Amino acid sequence: MLNGVNKLQVKGEAMKDIYRGTLVRLASESPETMAKTFIKWDRDSEFHRLADSAPAQLWSEKKLKDFVEKGQEKQGDKSFRFSIRTLENDILIGSTGLWIQRWSQGDAWLGIFIGEREYWGKGYGTDAMRLIVGYGFSELNLRRITLGLHSYNERALKSYQKVGFQLEGRVRGEGIRDGVRYDDLYMGILREEWLALTK
Amino acid sequence: MLAIQTQLFEAKDVRFGPIDHETHPEVESKWTHDAEFMRLMELKPIRPLSPAMVKKQYEAIEKEMEEDKNLYYFTIQTKEENKFIGKALIEWIDWTNGNGFLRLGIGASEFRRLGLGSQALSMLLRFAFDELNLYRVTAVVPAYNEGAIKLFQKFGFMEEVRRRKAIHRDNEFWDLVSFGLLNAEWREQVTGQG
Repeated sequence: MLNGVNKLQVKGEAMKDIYRGTLVRLASESPETMAKTFIKWDRDSEFHRLADSAPAQLWSEKKLKDFVEKGQEKQGDKSFRFSIRTLENDILIGSTGLWIQRWSQGDAWLGIFIGEREYWGKGYGTDAMRLIVGYGFSELNLRRITLGLHSYNERALKSYQKVGFQLEGRVRGEGIRDGVRYDDLYMGILREEWLALTK
Repeated sequence: MLAIQTQLFEAKDVRFGPIDHETHPEVESKWTHDAEFMRLMELKPIRPLSPAMVKKQYEAIEKEMEEDKNLYYFTIQTKEENKFIGKALIEWIDWTNGNGFLRLGIGASEFRRLGLGSQALSMLLRFAFDELNLYRVTAVVPAYNEGAIKLFQKFGFMEEVRRRKAIHRDNEFWDLVSFGLLNAEWREQVTGQG
């Protein structure tokens, strides 16, 4: 009886599928599938240089599979990772996750990338962003979420702003590529800001 | 001009030294029982550590220094009595991009507010810029640590990032502030040439 009452009362929110957006869904992959996809995306150096500040490098499929396996072992402890699949045709297009530095502070770092180039600039990443941020606040009960990006990644900046992230600062010359120093931007969204946006 | 005759690890009243696995664990264990100091130094939940636990940490630190090569860790000692009073370090060094994160603290409370942290920071910056050849350094400080903020501002650090309400302490919310100093800015201060 009590169960029945609870279900009715929370139906509106809790019954919502938090893994499903309008264009994509969050999923989990076998290490084999993920490694096969990563080895393809890794060859696209522009993709790597948009998403990461570590030097671009090429790993074997075996090593990539090991990385994914290791990540999955730690899943749910301090990291929460998902693959991103399109609702239409169920295509694996990217990956996203939250990394919690200190549970006591309720703050997490967000990472996201769309490896499939045909899905850049069409709202797929932004849709996935709303899902992962929603997961952080409604499932992990975070207080805030932080992310960083290279200042030359304008597409990412626009997407993060659309989702509700605010610019919190600019680290001068944090990286250098092709002989050019660039800044990194840091953004954050507070729980109360997200709740106000999604009310 | 090369300045190899100017000692890297000697300042007016303090010097940098290595870890001493015999005598330091006892001293540092005492500091970890000082909650006020620990909450200024650490963002993670603090807890007191026994000398044996500190010794384990030292072993992990030297292992990381040897294997990952992205950490430089110094103890701060008084020149007069060779007393271990604090620590100074550069961590998470990203060699490709030439940046690293600084941290320092004077654990021995009777040696605070004497300008010794300032002397240690001076040495740490010269080490970062003239020995490691970093392009920039970052220091991350919670907004309630006014002493540290004043120290970094005195050395010309610029506030770059302010993570709003990132720190929750005693039912209050504080910003987490990052300060940055570029090699060229530091050089201009010490030599008058950018």
